Amino acid sequence: MTDQFLTTLLPQLASGAAHTHALGFQYEGLDADRVRLRVPYRADLVGDPETGVLAGGLVTTLLDHVGGLAVWVGLKTYQPIATLDLRVDYMRAAIPGRDLIAEARCYRLTRSIGFVRAWAFEDDPADPVAAAQSAYVISAEGDHRAGANLRAKSSRTAGDAA
Amino acid sequence: MTAPLLDSLPYARFLGLRTQLNGDALTVVMPFADHLIGNPMLPALHGGSTAALLEMTAVAQVSLSYPRLRLPRPINVTVAYLRSGKPADVFAHARINKAGRRVAYVVAEAWQETRDQPIASLTAHFLLDDNDNAT
Repeated sequence: MTDQFLTTLLPQLASGAAHTHALGFQYEGLDADRVRLRVPYRADLVGDPETGVLAGGLVTTLLDHVGGLAVWVGLKTYQPIATLDLRVDYMRAAIPGRDLIAEARCYRLTRSIGFVRAWAFEDDPADPVAAAQSAYVISAEGDHRAGANLRAKSSRTAGDAA
Repeated sequence: MTAPLLDSLPYARFLGLRTQLNGDALTVVMPFADHLIGNPMLPALHGGSTAALLEMTAVAQVSLSYPRLRLPRPINVTVAYLRSGKPADVFAHARINKAGRRVAYVVAEAWQETRDQPIASLTAHFLLDDNDNAT
């Protein structure tokens, strides 16, 4: 079951949603507790057209997403999670024309929170473009049910009170 | 002058961002689009798209208030996610709390229904120096 989650569901979680699919995210595999995600270089993902450097917001999204994958690797199963907090340091500009790889590790997992470190680079994790430290809330059973965001405000308030 | 600024940035176009200028303050809108969805079950916007909106809003506000030859470059950003983003338009506003000769410190918030219920907030430092890469 665990193996099946890691080999089948995790790659889908890496790029299966509309946003990650539109960004071209590609699952790059797992090495012990470290998970990798790639975003191929694309002109429409550039932040500053004068430099051709990928947008900071894209790097943030990549690090946010790979961090979530690392939490699922730590949980060894799918549970709904939500990013609580994310800090990204940008060490240098990404090299124009090059794919970015992000690697993440969930270095502490409690019942409710996953603590993650992640970094993004072209070739060498020791020469990062950016590094992130982030925390993810692991949803309790019954939270975040399908369609939860589509309910009207009044009915959600009533549901919360019940 | 700022509406063309974000229009000229490919990733802002990818996100579909639109700018509104009220006096000296920008409001940036990210109209809902299917390709912004990160969780199809809830459904919810991807936190990364909201973070990118906040960062772009900060960039646009800094370059409006402190024009330089080059765009401000992020040194670090911290995003707190306060509510899940619903499949609806998102609005963002940025305030420059401190701008020195080289570095600006910016706080930004994103909201959907009402501004006093933000879905995410960002604090960030940006490098303003035009000649950072010259050495």
